[in-house]
Amino acid sequence: MSAKRTAAIVLRQFYLFRGSPARIFPLFAWVAIDIVLWGFITRYLNSFTSSRYNFVPALLGAVLLWDFFTRVMQGVTMAFFEDVWSRNFLNVFATPLLISEYLTGLILSSIWTSTIGLIVMLVLAQGFFGLSFLGYGLFLLPFLFLLFLCGIALGIFASASVLRMGPAAEWLVWPIPAMLSPFAGVFYPLSILPPWMQWIGRVLPPSYVFEGIRTIIAGRPVPRFDLLMGTSLALLYLALSCWFFSRVYHHVVRTGLIARYSAETLS
Amino acid sequence: MHDVLTVTNLRKLYGDTIAVDAISFSVQLGEIVGLVGPNGAGKTTTINTILGVLQPTSGTILIDGVDLSKHRSRALQCTNFEAVYAPLPGNLTVVQNLRIFAMLYSVKNISTRIEELLQQFELDRFRNTKCGVLSSGEQTRVSLAKAMLNSPKLLLLDEPTASLDPAIAQEIRAKLRDFSRAASGGVLWTSHNMHEVAEVCDRVLFLSHGKILLEGDPKRLPREHGKNSLEELFLTVARQPLTLEGR
Repeated sequence: MSAKRTAAIVLRQFYLFRGSPARIFPLFAWVAIDIVLWGFITRYLNSFTSSRYNFVPALLGAVLLWDFFTRVMQGVTMAFFEDVWSRNFLNVFATPLLISEYLTGLILSSIWTSTIGLIVMLVLAQGFFGLSFLGYGLFLLPFLFLLFLCGIALGIFASASVLRMGPAAEWLVWPIPAMLSPFAGVFYPLSILPPWMQWIGRVLPPSYVFEGIRTIIAGRPVPRFDLLMGTSLALLYLALSCWFFSRVYHHVVRTGLIARYSAETLS
Repeated sequence: MHDVLTVTNLRKLYGDTIAVDAISFSVQLGEIVGLVGPNGAGKTTTINTILGVLQPTSGTILIDGVDLSKHRSRALQCTNFEAVYAPLPGNLTVVQNLRIFAMLYSVKNISTRIEELLQQFELDRFRNTKCGVLSSGEQTRVSLAKAMLNSPKLLLLDEPTASLDPAIAQEIRAKLRDFSRAASGGVLWTSHNMHEVAEVCDRVLFLSHGKILLEGDPKRLPREHGKNSLEELFLTVARQPLTLEGR
């Protein structure tokens, strides 16, 4: 692995962001809107409940974590799409760049773009709606890490799918997080779902994060098993997504699709 | 002089269609080899396989002695290319593109090398211009500067002067000739401009239906086949390849 070649992929993203407000704005605008919207919804719900139950950590916290997961995934896919949009595959893949270096570059690009979104969300959620993640203690970090791993895995899988199916498949990628959210139990416990949905939920690493967060909010001990299970699944999916990307890459090189990518298929 | 490119029995099939049919050839250090032939003859397929973006069905490609199929990254380290159908990203400036590709090719002293190439290809005044707003000729010069970043042992050029005006095209040809004469590298050059091929190339390969029909010195080859010029020979290859097969 060459650090220089990996850095080239990150530098490309930096140059693109530096010269384009249209790329910078979405880094924080949509997550900020989500936090403001859900912040007021939770405040409204709190005004109805006479019990001591506080919706802020349960709902607003869930929105924040889910948005972070989504941003991590989009950080990978956006960096990949830059090569799709600029028809740059031939130039990039005719260099000595290894697939592992390319994927590492996409992941590193996602780290800083998703971190900006996370910071904006934390500031807004704490400043305006009193959501304090510090209350969760250090256990927030492994939960965030788990979501990060999962977002990366999904981003690589989505990028591989677009590489295989062509530029039009980009539109299949954007709704993926929304399609997963009902199964991941972002706003409700998995136990409320019908059994078949629960089974799907149990193989999705984010569901362990949201179950774990609800357990902590309820004042019970940190669910270490959930954390371990979720992390193991996320690592498995990350390995599988990298393997899938590599397989797809070799397929498009074998068929010649990568050299004629805009054609989408060779038939 | 040693071979910087050795292609042996290269074959590429798309289903039942034969794009490249067991061709073998080599390019020596300091040599410019022209790869010519009608559209669909297999020139770009051949170049794409050498660039590692298209896997051959069979055959071997050695770049400076390194087997491309086994050591892809090492083989491509000493290769570079320019093709009219592969412009650099239009949303990055000339210097940004050159810097990124210099890093991808692990070039040392990147800033110095970029300055040399900006001067060499007369791109200095466009250094902070986005490539997308350059004319096609200027974009070709940027792509050529990119192709020279790593001082490649093997330079692949797919119609490098197609979008250049005659004056710039002549300058570019002179620069590329200087590059090969300094024995810095070997060049595989495709073109539909037979005058250019005759002027620049030390050797020419005529490709038709995926096969090499003729090979030789572009200045002597037409007479050897009873033609007055390379252009006339090209027309025969394109229209009546069977009359030349087996010669």
